[in-house]
Amino acid sequence: MPVSLTNSRLIFDALKECDIRLVSALPETWLVHLIRLTDEDPEMILVRLAKEEEGVGISAGAHFAGLKSAMLMQNHGFLASINGIVSFAHLYRIPLLMLVSYRGSLGERDPWQTQGGNISEAILRALAIPYFCLDAPETVKKRIRQAQTLAESSLQPVALLLTRDLMWEE
Amino acid sequence: MLRIDCLRSVYSELENCLVVTIMGAVAAELHSLGHRPNFFYLQHAMGLASSTGLGLALCLPEQRVIVFDGDGSVLMNLGGLSTMARYRPKKLVHIVFDNESLLSVGGFPTATSTGTDLEGIARASGIPRVATVRSVENFKAAVTDAMHGNELTTIIAKVEAKGPAAYVTDLSLLENRFQFRRHIQSLKRS
Repeated sequence: MPVSLTNSRLIFDALKECDIRLVSALPETWLVHLIRLTDEDPEMILVRLAKEEEGVGISAGAHFAGLKSAMLMQNHGFLASINGIVSFAHLYRIPLLMLVSYRGSLGERDPWQTQGGNISEAILRALAIPYFCLDAPETVKKRIRQAQTLAESSLQPVALLLTRDLMWEE
Repeated sequence: MLRIDCLRSVYSELENCLVVTIMGAVAAELHSLGHRPNFFYLQHAMGLASSTGLGLALCLPEQRVIVFDGDGSVLMNLGGLSTMARYRPKKLVHIVFDNESLLSVGGFPTATSTGTDLEGIARASGIPRVATVRSVENFKAAVTDAMHGNELTTIIAKVEAKGPAAYVTDLSLLENRFQFRRHIQSLKRS
């Protein structure tokens, strides 16, 4: 499976450098290494979810508790989380660092992913969620730090879209 | 059994806990008994009160966390029961007021009114301790027992579909949220 282990480790290391100590996740192909790395790290709390929206509540609890957290999800998981994002994270000013695998964009072979790819950025813009597409390994560390800084200072969700160029080697 | 009588019966026990409630009658009634800085009322995002309690309990494993949930909210996040059961924090107590109704929007019956069994769902999800109570006396005993125990517990409290006259309190959502977090940070410093 050509999911990039090198870049997954880069992302994971950047999260740790930002003092992220809790990660909620729902597995998808591009996230397998990231989830495994989190699971294997004794300093990290990994919360495997049944549905991504739960992660909004988990991250809110972590924020109240004073721990920094991140959410790992596919863009369809982001779509499944929207009510939680609007009626909890936005309503109550909860910082969320969302790492969202950007399926269904250029190069996508799975037909079932393509519709979500069409609308992910438009939905992020409609929700006024600041986002950035992570595609170059050399910028990963900086962008993750910047996204987390913005989430914490603005007390709102911020999304990083993990692109095919970053996550997939072929 | 009335929900407010249940809440009143355990109110004094809540002082040293972190309490998360759902929206609507549960929030309004707990608030009416006297707000405390360790109470957080999630006034929307149905289903996520239990997830918030789980996040708190995982990050603060020594802290007693109480979630006051409801049948309508639990039914919106049944997967959350499986996530709670998967990590089963020892000091999390999950109380579900089941009035078989979406009371605050006009009393429409939920599926628990037609036979859906939340105790069975919680147990089958893997929650280690589950009970259903139908009297205030049994409610108080079950909650007190769970609070002094060391195992994730879900208590289904069958209550009447009756609530307060109004749901809006004088506590703004953001004030509540900032006060709650500040309270937790002060506990960590002490």
